Order: sequence, then structure tokens, then C-alpha cells
Amino acid sequence: MNNTDNINEIRTIIARHKRWDLLALTAGVIALMIAVLTFIALFGNMMVDGMPRLTWEFFTSFPSRKPESAGILSAWVGTTLVMLVTAAAAVPLGVAAGIYLEEYAPKNFITEIIEINVTNLAGVPSIIYGLLALGLFVYQLGLGQSILTAGLTLALLILPIVIVATREAIRSIPLTIRESAFALGATKWQTVADHVLPYSAAGILTGIIIGLARAIGETAPIITIGALTFIAFLPPSPIQDQFPFLSFEWLMEPFTVMPIQMFNWISRPQEAFQHNAAAAGLVLVIMTLLMNGLAIYLRYYLRKKIKW
Amino acid sequence: MGRRVPASVISYPSKSLRHNRKRYLKERVIELLLFLAAFLSVFITFAIIYLLISESLVFFEHVSLWDFLTDTQWTPLFDDAHYGILPLVSGTVVSSLVALAIALPFGTFIAIYLSEFAPFAVREIAKPFLELLGGIPTVVYGYFALLFVTPLLQTIFPSLPGFSLLSAGLVMGIMIIPYVSSMTEDAMRSVPMHLREGSYAIGATRFQTAVKVVMPASLSGIAAAYILGISRAVGETMVVAIAAGMQPNLVWNPMEPAATITTYIVQVSLGDLPHGSTGYQTIFAAGLTLFLLTLIFNILGHLLRKRFREVY
Repeated sequence: MNNTDNINEIRTIIARHKRWDLLALTAGVIALMIAVLTFIALFGNMMVDGMPRLTWEFFTSFPSRKPESAGILSAWVGTTLVMLVTAAAAVPLGVAAGIYLEEYAPKNFITEIIEINVTNLAGVPSIIYGLLALGLFVYQLGLGQSILTAGLTLALLILPIVIVATREAIRSIPLTIRESAFALGATKWQTVADHVLPYSAAGILTGIIIGLARAIGETAPIITIGALTFIAFLPPSPIQDQFPFLSFEWLMEPFTVMPIQMFNWISRPQEAFQHNAAAAGLVLVIMTLLMNGLAIYLRYYLRKKIKW
Repeated sequence: MGRRVPASVISYPSKSLRHNRKRYLKERVIELLLFLAAFLSVFITFAIIYLLISESLVFFEHVSLWDFLTDTQWTPLFDDAHYGILPLVSGTVVSSLVALAIALPFGTFIAIYLSEFAPFAVREIAKPFLELLGGIPTVVYGYFALLFVTPLLQTIFPSLPGFSLLSAGLVMGIMIIPYVSSMTEDAMRSVPMHLREGSYAIGATRFQTAVKVVMPASLSGIAAAYILGISRAVGETMVVAIAAGMQPNLVWNPMEPAATITTYIVQVSLGDLPHGSTGYQTIFAAGLTLFLLTLIFNILGHLLRKRFREVY
């Protein structure tokens, strides 16, 4: 009698724990579903509002006071040029810093300080970088509200991302590769430049793409440096038909970028402008999704292909 | 797999290298350049601190620190100027609390599911998907909050105004879920398998194992993930600037519109304030407040992560 009681009690306990188990599983799936549904709602909502505006003219027209004829020409040209500056500044600096911290840095106080700083900078809100740029680039260095200022600001912002990605990629190269190079008489830099860097290039590239995808969507720091929101002209082309064929005049020109243009349209009361905002948002989301997707694919490909 | 020796331990392979002057010099110059690139991060931090403090000091010559911390009005651009940071802090705190009330539980549920329950195939799809979600620009989330979530909430609460901390906070919360879930999951996955096996062997369910074995073992990593989430919510700009309105408002009710610290900086930057005016300096004082807030969270998170790395 007592025995059956015990067994029944144990059965209820087991049943209760299994119920909790199921509940936790359901909660996890529901939470994941909410994330999926949000994405569908976000994307679907923008598709419905913005799709009709996504015509060829939308990409080849300047912003305008009339919503029907407004486009994102100056915005996407601006974004492209700003990204050029960002990549040109953040990639060499970030990769060099990553190499130093992983291959050269002695274990001392200064290295520790640098590492803490990199971690901390990754967590600083982006708008603070905007304030830094406003005080340092715009006023102290006198660069003004130019493409150069915006590009450098975003470069500082994504520097920690590039550094961390470089370090991780370099760390995954086995020590034996370096030892083989040293055994053949290579110097430290020869080893790094000819072996470590080429082998970790794909991993570093992944980090760079993720960083640039982040920079493309950043709005707050660009607003803070006081970038104009109504730009109906293009900066002078970097490629000229006369000698020396390259011009850097565009670096100092005022500009607008995609997220700024979108923010500008969102803040207008007329509904027609908000459809423009949806269309610009759609272009922006597709761009970042493609870039992040490429980065994820690269990482996946690396994990599968490379066996040391 | 033996213990990994850090690459920096290897020194120059041969002492005779030093005799080759040119080659040696080139190596040292390169090392110096690389060091300078790494040291740039320290320089950036100091530049941020220097700028924020130097501009704020000028600001505090006009406004006493006491007024800044206790005045309940923030109207620096009016004739009757008040410089109390409290309304901006209240907006920041309320919107962050709404966001965290969404992001922390949902992020944790997703992490538990992905780390302890999900089949391999689901995890392989869900992780990159969450990463993509985290990569969507914040201005797009702002659009979503203003033109989709707010109207949706208004059908439930008809009294909800067109701008509210609630809808901004909700969307911000969803935006932060991927950060919290991926870091929490990483922390949970780094708990050694034999701890789970021990738990299963004495008859625990997966949920019991997750809550009583895995989560306590990865507590500092999970705490670091939460702190990162908090720091992101406090520093988030575009969603609140678009969906929560720009009016500084000392409220603790999420159903009201209010400005956050970040919103105020955006609002001032959109206007045309002359360099050196008191209005110009206020954004640096606001920025300093924000920087100090997030700095505390970041350092706390760094210390926790460090502890968590040393456990196994």
C-alpha cells in the first residue's frame, strides 16, 4: 500500500518536471517565433509601403520637396563615398592593431590598457563618437561637415569590430605555421606578412564586412556632426578625364547618406514622404542583409573548408 | 590539441639577425607602426574623455552642478532656461526599462532553447538569423516603431499618444534580443558537457539541468550579456528619437512621450547651434552623463567576463 503511494508520488513529480520541461521548450520556441514575426512584420510593412516607390527613377533622382519625384541619388552616392573613406581608414588601422595585439604585444601593463580600451570602445554608444567627431574633426581639425569627417567618424566606430575579428582570425592559425617560417630564416614581419595574414584573410574580411554593414546603417553620429539633410547635388567625381585622373575634392564636400535621408523623410508629416522613407529603408535593409549574409556565409565556408 | 602558446611568446628566431642592421631596423619600424595603430584605441578614449569634460567644464561655469542634478526642467533653448538633467534621465530610464523587460526574458528563453533544447539543424538556422536581425539599422527599427507598433498599440490602448516611450521601448527591446541571446548562449555553451551529463544521469530534465546546473555555472557570462544589453538600451538613439518624441518630460509612465539623453543630443544637432554657445555645450554635458552611465556598465561587464573566462 505504502509502496504504491510512493510510486504514485514519484510519478506525479516526474509528470510535473516534464510539464516544466515542455513549458520551457514552448517559451523558447515562442520567443524565437516573436523574433521571426517581428522581422516579417518589419520587412512586410516596409514592402507594402515602399515597394511602389522603388522604381529606377527613385535611384536616379535627387531629394525633392515633392514626394513623388524625390529620390535617393545623393544619398546612395554619399553612402558609397563615406564607406570608401571608412574602409580606407578602419581596415589598415584595425588590422595593424589586431596584428600587434596578437603577434607582437608583450604581456605588460600597456598591452592590458590597450585591451581594456578596445573592449570599452566597442560598448561606447555611437552618438558619443558623434560628439567626439563634432569637437575633434569638425572644429579642432577644421574638417567641417564633410565626407571625410563622416568617414573617419564611422571608421573610429567600427575599429573595435575590425580589431576583434582580426585577432580571432589570427589566433586560429596554428603556431606550427609560424615556427616553419622562422625555421627557414624568415623575420617576424616576413612571417606575418607572407603567412599569417594571407591565411587569416578570409576571417579578417568577414569582420570588415560586418563592420561596414554596421557603419552603413549608423545614423546618430552623422546627425551629431551636423550633416545637412537636404542635398540636391553630387560631389565632384573622384575620377577625372584629365591628368592626374584622380581628384580628392569630394572628400571635403557636404553630403547626405541613406539613413539620414530616411530619417529626414520619416520626420515629415505627409504620408507620401513616409512611403519614400519605407522605400529607402528597404534599400538599406537589403544592403545590410546582403553584407551580413555574405559575412555569415564566409565564416561558414571557412569552418567547413579549412582543416589544419 | 595541446595548450595554445600565444604567438607573441616567440621572439626573434636568431640573434644574428641583429647584425643585419637594415633588416633589423625595418623590423623595429614595422613593430612601432603596429604598436601605434593599437595605441590609437587608448588615444580615442582619452580624446572622448578630454572633449566631453573640457566642454562640460565650460558649461558648469554657467550652471551649477547642483541645479544640473536636481532641477526638474530641461529647457536650455528657451529664454527661461533650466538645466536639470532629470527629465532626460527619466526618459532614458523608462525607455530602457521597457526594453529590458522584453530583451532580458526573451533573450534568455531563446538562449536556453538554443543551447539546451534545439536540434542541431534549428540552431544552425536560428543563430545566423538572429545575427541578421541584430544587423538591421536602428533607423529602420525607428520607422517600424513609429508607423507599425504605435498604431498597433493604439488599437489596444486608444489613449496612447502618437509618440510614446512604450512603443520605442518595445521595439528597442526586440532589437536588443539578438545581443542578449547570442552572448547568453555562448556563455551557456561553454559549460563543459560532463556537468550536463552528470545532471542527466541523476534523472534531471533538460529544463532542470539548464536552470540548476548550466545557468549557475555560466552566471558571470550571463550577467555580462545582461549588462551589455543594458548599456545598449541606455545608449540607443534613433528608435527613441523617432518614436518617443523629443519633448523633455519628467515622467515615469511609459505611455507618455519624453526625450532621452540621446534624443536631446540629436535634437540639438538637427538645429543650427553656434559653436561655443551654452546650447552647444549642453550636448557635451548630456553626452558626459551618458558616457559615464555606459562606462560603469561596460567596466562591470568586462570584469564579469574576465571572471567567467577564468572559471574553466
